[in-house]
Amino acid sequence: MVGSISIDSVRKEFKSADGSGETLTALNDFTLDIEPGTFVSLIGPSGCGKSTLLRMIGGLDRPTSGKITLNGKEITKPGSDRGFAFQGSNLFPWLTVEQNIAFGLKARGIFKERKKDVQEFIDMIGLNGFEKSYPHQISGGMNQRASLARALVGHPEVLLLDEPLGALDAFTRMNLQDEILRIWKEFGMTMIMVTHDVDEAIYMSDKVVVMSARPSKVEAVIDIDLPRPRARSQDTFQVYRSRILDILNLGGQVEEPEYSI
Amino acid sequence: MKKLIKLLRLLLPLIAAALTVITYYVIPDSGKQKPTEHPYFVYTVAAAAAVYIILGIISAFNKNLKKYIFEQAPFITGTVLFLMILNVVTTKTELLPILYFPSPDKVTGILIEQRVSLLQNLGSSLGLLVTGFAAGGSVGFLTGLALGYNKKVGYWLNPVTKFIGPIPTTAWIPLALSVFPTTQGANIFLIAFAVWFPVTLMTSSGIQSTSQVHFEVSSTLGASTLYRIIHVAIPNAMPSIFLGIFYGTVSSFATLMAVEMNGNSSGIGWYINWQKQVMMYDGVYAGLIIIAFLCTLILTVLFKVRDRVLIWQKGVIKW
Repeated sequence: MVGSISIDSVRKEFKSADGSGETLTALNDFTLDIEPGTFVSLIGPSGCGKSTLLRMIGGLDRPTSGKITLNGKEITKPGSDRGFAFQGSNLFPWLTVEQNIAFGLKARGIFKERKKDVQEFIDMIGLNGFEKSYPHQISGGMNQRASLARALVGHPEVLLLDEPLGALDAFTRMNLQDEILRIWKEFGMTMIMVTHDVDEAIYMSDKVVVMSARPSKVEAVIDIDLPRPRARSQDTFQVYRSRILDILNLGGQVEEPEYSI
Repeated sequence: MKKLIKLLRLLLPLIAAALTVITYYVIPDSGKQKPTEHPYFVYTVAAAAAVYIILGIISAFNKNLKKYIFEQAPFITGTVLFLMILNVVTTKTELLPILYFPSPDKVTGILIEQRVSLLQNLGSSLGLLVTGFAAGGSVGFLTGLALGYNKKVGYWLNPVTKFIGPIPTTAWIPLALSVFPTTQGANIFLIAFAVWFPVTLMTSSGIQSTSQVHFEVSSTLGASTLYRIIHVAIPNAMPSIFLGIFYGTVSSFATLMAVEMNGNSSGIGWYINWQKQVMMYDGVYAGLIIIAFLCTLILTVLFKVRDRVLIWQKGVIKW
């Protein structure tokens, strides 16, 4: 089984944006192993470096120290073995839906052999009839679907999702969560998803990685031991949710009455 | 009733043409304008009316053409009436100085009688324009691409471009004429220069405006650097590049006229200048009409190409 990711004591520093020359440490001594074919969510306070971690796995950024490997090979640059679905859809506005999805195959020069994959993914993601539409002519949800199809059509071993559903309304979001799960079930690739939504993380993942504030490391890895398919209103959800919120110190407290009977 | 009004609207241009011909023959000439050998103005109006009738017949089978003609009928009528008044004012009365305002007969007469030499001059202008444009446009595109994509190239060339670029092309004329071995070479250089600057500037700005995320998306999809330039940066810059080409085209027209009027011996610009020198203002007008047609045609073609290339921006572009 391919698609195993190993993050080994990674440290990532940034030059501070205010020009003072100070460095910001986004991640420090970050270690995590991800088994092939699992669905992992990264959750944590904003600015804790979730996206940075995802970008490093994608090969868009390099760690300052430590290393990240895919199937035992160090990741140094982007590659078609890892699909990346960015925040927002980011389709190329000058290409039609179909051309957008075919972009990666064409760039790699394998479009001719794999031409029918494009149509297959258009069908799978439910965009039939919109193949020739331009991104600005279709809805936000459809944009997001097309962008997922674009990341998936090359059959990556790992799919990296950077808050892919963040900008969508609640119903479209739930719909797409189910689509993503269906695709994952069909292809069985490793999934790593950054999200702000605790419920989304619980509903979709095998493991939820809770990250601490900057400089970030793994605070806890929570196995979601729920059978699939899951129901969004399951009672056990509540248990996982309060555990995660407690770790994030967002659990809140019920005010105790000052008097007693 | 409604149908009758519609029909009348379609017939308006023909009525105006008939009126024009009637006034031409019924109102006596003032006698100040030198009469032409043939009633060229009447020929022209008759030819236009004939074209209108033929288009009218074709439009019975073509819905789009029908709609177009129906829309344009009042405007065509207005144009014909304007020409009619122009004819009355210039040949029938002495309201305008006859030297600078020749009769429509004389202007159309020139267009018809001197068509061979006018076409030769037009060809010469067009050749110069196309060569200069192709040279300036392609060098401008490549410079803009390099400036916009490569920071080091940008560091060294941006200030140079911004310092030299704004020099009005006409200011280069004396230098270009002495440096280049042939006038033709100097002319091509000057027109190319006029196109080069706006194309460079707008290409570079379009390339720089490419979103970082689009570059990243394409690299995660396995695109090489060259592929990213060709398939991400350039398409992204296209709207801006077209704007540059548009500015460049307009300024190339101005430069074309300037170089042709300075030390050239062919071309429409030269023709206009020559006609002015021999006080033949009918020739000047004829030249202006040809230039107007040439420039309009080129811009129309440019807009058509743009609409084709930028089809993805349909409903977004507003110019």
